[in-house]
Amino acid sequence: MDSYTTKIRELSARLLKDEKVDFIIGFKQGTIPMAASPHIARTPEQAEQFIWDNNCRLNLANYLTDRKEKIGIIAKGCDSRNIVTHIIENKIKREQIHIIGVPCQGMIDKTKTSSLFDEEITEYSETDDSITLKTLSGEKNIPKNEVLNSNCTTCTHRNPVIYDELVADLVEEQIIDDLFPDVRRIEEMTADEKWNHFEDLLKNCIRCYACRNACPLCYCPTCFVDESGPQWVGKGQDTTDVRTFHYLRAYHCAGRCTDCGACVEACPMDINVRDFTRKLNKDSLEIYGWEAGLDETNRPPLDVYSPEDPNDFIK
Amino acid sequence: MKFITIDKKDWANGIEKSRGIYQLFGPVKDKNEFFIKHLEKDTLPAMEYDNSVMSAKSIIFPQTEKMLTATLDESQEDHHIMKKIETDDTPRAVIGIRPYDAKAMKLLKLNFDTDDYRDPYWCDAYEATTFVGLGINKPGPFDFSTSTGTGPFCDDGLDVLLADLDDKYLAKVLTDKGAAFVGACGFDTVADEKESLALFDILRKEAEKNIASHIETDKLKEKTVLELHEAPFWDDLSFSCINCGTCTYVCPTCWCFDIQDEVKQKESVRLRIWDTCMSPLFTRHATGHNPRASKTQRVRQRFMHKLKYFLDKYDQGIMCVGCGRCVKSCPVNIDIREVCNIMNSYEKQA
Repeated sequence: MDSYTTKIRELSARLLKDEKVDFIIGFKQGTIPMAASPHIARTPEQAEQFIWDNNCRLNLANYLTDRKEKIGIIAKGCDSRNIVTHIIENKIKREQIHIIGVPCQGMIDKTKTSSLFDEEITEYSETDDSITLKTLSGEKNIPKNEVLNSNCTTCTHRNPVIYDELVADLVEEQIIDDLFPDVRRIEEMTADEKWNHFEDLLKNCIRCYACRNACPLCYCPTCFVDESGPQWVGKGQDTTDVRTFHYLRAYHCAGRCTDCGACVEACPMDINVRDFTRKLNKDSLEIYGWEAGLDETNRPPLDVYSPEDPNDFIK
Repeated sequence: MKFITIDKKDWANGIEKSRGIYQLFGPVKDKNEFFIKHLEKDTLPAMEYDNSVMSAKSIIFPQTEKMLTATLDESQEDHHIMKKIETDDTPRAVIGIRPYDAKAMKLLKLNFDTDDYRDPYWCDAYEATTFVGLGINKPGPFDFSTSTGTGPFCDDGLDVLLADLDDKYLAKVLTDKGAAFVGACGFDTVADEKESLALFDILRKEAEKNIASHIETDKLKEKTVLELHEAPFWDDLSFSCINCGTCTYVCPTCWCFDIQDEVKQKESVRLRIWDTCMSPLFTRHATGHNPRASKTQRVRQRFMHKLKYFLDKYDQGIMCVGCGRCVKSCPVNIDIREVCNIMNSYEKQA
């Protein structure tokens, strides 16, 4: 992705030099293998630190919420969809942002990748379609598509949906027959199996709220779990409280989630947080024909009423 | 100090035998990661582990801990009177704890056991526990423990330090508590002291060669609190922070806690729960005033506490043992090594 990096730096430096924006939000090289860290550049020199690689998994729209400045932002497909959602929900104004669009070719799953090794990975490098990883005792080359992030394998919006300029030509979108094989697997479970599946998913949750805080949708000034007057949810490790947090959060994202995977990326305990939101995305698509963040002029289905809304749930 | 050789063939039997006296804790594999947990019957500690996601601190300081309880049933004479919960302080042993985690316990003790206050929950649990450490033959890329006053074979805070020698363990028995545990396991093959010391020294040097990352802390003490507090780098350092609690929860030395009362029907419980300075709720006053309302202030608080306030207050080094867990787990890759070096090298411009 060296060509992307070069172009991002070039476009960013120009924007800053011409004072078109106050600062630009992008990624810089992380201090550890397989990490890219969100970075703010206020000067052309700071823009030299921008990079683009298979580890730019986080969603940068998260850093736009309620900002008042004129901001440049590097956005792949899912980031751009959350920017659209932010515009719809009045968290940022379109004219405040200059979007440097990145036609995305998918990110790699760091957990899947590390689980291929018994030791810690000490070095990471990549070419267009493969990655090379070093550990203390050896080196391995893996085709990129074998360790693609799960949400990237079913992504049909790799290209940014809105942008002011692009770092490269648009990429071909994936044609996916079955967008929700994972949801179908859970749907087919018995009630007990479902219960056990979600209990197992949450058993290591430490309630650090990294999933919530990495999510661009979670911008409530005070999240319901942090409300203290009255306090609605206990703060300890009681499983009822842990479940309540995850289920309510997921429902608050219904019809808004772009399946960017930032929640999974952020979770230190490797919880597949998307298992909570994916069914809602599937329902949004099947019931309302809706995918979040594609259109600045339409509000999410649960935000509006239409006489044509399906009423099948009324028995 | 004495040294014991343990043939790995005898290991499982010895550990099982110790269950007569001790509750056992140690590394357990769950999905892809290791956790320090209670070892159920017939479960041996997974001694081959690299590192655990969470530190061992929860063995002494659980994330949620019942402290007091009261009944709200007014027909009872003692209704609404808080009473200390009965705690289980029978002997326990943590097997395979990393040397830096044991060192972290010693640092925690400075906070929970002072001249003025003794936290009974933490101290009773600590005193009931025997720490059986495992030296790290091959430290990983996140380990920077040699520059934080500990290291892969440091025995500070441990009762026993084990060295893995392929077919056997060499145990360095450091305290009476350690001797009692080794005795309960029936491990009694005494090894030569001089040879064993030399062997530990070789292992330590070999292991330390693998540690590639270091931090500089030598100038932190001479800087004033205000100088660092008002330094211009905090905004940019904290830009990427999403204010989750990951760094504080995985940290073996973060000890801040919150107190919560929970009522269920007629029973009231007072809980102690890990708190995190990353949360906007942290130390927010009842008046509504928040001493650290912004993200930058909260990020600064964490690093100032670990790398400056603690150092100034106790003069026992920084409140970081170099385990690298926060470096590995931080969702946005805020790296304490980098922050520490920036703080250490900062010179106020005149």
